[in-house]
Amino acid sequence: MAVKHPAAPSARADRAAPRSRRARGVWVTHAALIVAILIISAPLIFAVIKSTQTSSVVLSPSLLPGGAFLQNLSGVWEDAHLGRYMRNSLVVAVCVTAGKTLLALLAALAFVYFRFPLKGAAFTLVLLSLMLPTEVLIIALFDLVSRDLKWANTYAAIIVPFLASATGTFLFRQHFLSIPTSLADAARIDGCGPLRYLTHILIPMSTNTIGALAVIQFVYAWDQYIWPLVIMQQDDKQVVQVGLRKLIEVGGQTDWGAVMAGAVITALPPLIVFTALQKQFSRGFALTEDK
Amino acid sequence: MLSPGRARPAPDASENAVFRGRALPWVFLLPSLLILAVFIYLPALQTLRLAAYRANVILGTEQFVGLANFAELLSSPAYRQVALQTLVFTVLTVTFGLLLSLGLAWLASRPVRGASTYRLLLIYPYALSPAIAGTLWLFLFNPEIGVVNALLGELFGVRPRWLDTPVLAFGLVTLAAIWKGLAYNIVFYLASIQNLPGDVMEAAEIDGATPAQVFWRVAFPLLSPITFFLVFTNIIAALFDSFALTDILTRGGPYTGNAGATTFLVYQLYQDGFVNFRTGAAAAQAALMLALVAFVTWMQFRLGERRVHYGS
Repeated sequence: MAVKHPAAPSARADRAAPRSRRARGVWVTHAALIVAILIISAPLIFAVIKSTQTSSVVLSPSLLPGGAFLQNLSGVWEDAHLGRYMRNSLVVAVCVTAGKTLLALLAALAFVYFRFPLKGAAFTLVLLSLMLPTEVLIIALFDLVSRDLKWANTYAAIIVPFLASATGTFLFRQHFLSIPTSLADAARIDGCGPLRYLTHILIPMSTNTIGALAVIQFVYAWDQYIWPLVIMQQDDKQVVQVGLRKLIEVGGQTDWGAVMAGAVITALPPLIVFTALQKQFSRGFALTEDK
Repeated sequence: MLSPGRARPAPDASENAVFRGRALPWVFLLPSLLILAVFIYLPALQTLRLAAYRANVILGTEQFVGLANFAELLSSPAYRQVALQTLVFTVLTVTFGLLLSLGLAWLASRPVRGASTYRLLLIYPYALSPAIAGTLWLFLFNPEIGVVNALLGELFGVRPRWLDTPVLAFGLVTLAAIWKGLAYNIVFYLASIQNLPGDVMEAAEIDGATPAQVFWRVAFPLLSPITFFLVFTNIIAALFDSFALTDILTRGGPYTGNAGATTFLVYQLYQDGFVNFRTGAAAAQAALMLALVAFVTWMQFRLGERRVHYGS
């Protein structure tokens, strides 16, 4: 969120205040932020440290890093099938993110650059879907996907139902509306069709919005839990979030070093996506904020 | 997740019909509308239908019972306890989650050296899933080997049974949910704080307002649209995202009164639907939750239009 530096009121108050008071204020801010960040990230720091300890040290309160991370990881990667779960989650998250972005772009294109009957009704239909979370529909969705479509234990079951994106359609529509129509008029006069306009003009102008949405959608898809839990009975198609549950469930003797290594690795893909798209994420949101 | 932009349901007049074609817009809309129809609207209707049946999705049996499922739910002490717990959990996570996030975002918005690094560190936990959060907290608060009890034992000589004591388990899940939600809320608060009109606040300061007055009298009202938006996204998150957290951390337990102390509406729905296979009862619960979400959304639009200050 480091795009625009905020003109926070405190800055101006400090400027007017005596020098010593300002310096103390800055010091307090630093201290408060550091303490807050330490408290917030404590569970994470703890997980990273524990993931490096050997099984004898991991159950002790010791917080000294050890050298057993790779050993812990290789344990869960092969024996507890973490590698397979990760691959499944990756396939699903990439497909859902790409599909949602594409479908939302096409829908926003229709809503912004065309006039057609029942447009308001279609838009309402897209927007109202926000009120219907998967968790609530899960009973009927399970019936539909497993009995009628016979998709249980397929990737399709955890990809296809999530391809439409009301959030994406809404944000792209907002963004397209902020682009001058004269651009589209000029493109059309030059003989450019809507699809070409989308691929050559709109998409290059929407990289921040696309990036911001990609982060949200990837994280959402990667975090899927309740639906894969019920629809994937076969272990070889299961996603990594549910896989984590299985790591803990091993019985009385949970190998906590291995579980922490698993948790740390599971957290990485969204972190990587987040880091890679951090600029777009920040800008994309600044652009779509109402001002 | 919605955008914090002005959520107006109908397309406004500023849209121009640049491109012509009767069928073309429908071709572009078809994939989205088809998926919404098949995987959202059809199951929604089916849920309402199933709620009137005594059904078992595994056996494939169905028997029409009218409103009996609803009557049973509403008269069930266990379901009433679950509903009450969900309410308390939601109010606590939304209130404390938003207050904390606003405070932290405000702090991170001060123009100190390294502010962008602080902001980044505050919003990074957004990438953590509820399932990972549950896993970490389960280990941290393990009564025997968790580091929290090691610390508490060392300092105060107490080693609480976090997951077996109803009040502690409830508090633990609530804390974990607040912690999990912080980053998301901070992202939106940071973006909004950066968009605050500096001149208005400057004017307040010139008039002699203290920083606290500027915050509560000027900035806080200007942040009301985003707070309003976050209240509703957080209510939805408390209702639904709590599932993975409770499933891993407490499995809805420990049992107290008529139900598990951390069994919330969505967990009960899952239990009845996929563990006890009482499909009709679960569908009735889903129908009640649909009504709840509809009510919350309706409130959002209604109150949002009236009371909230939407800037210029």
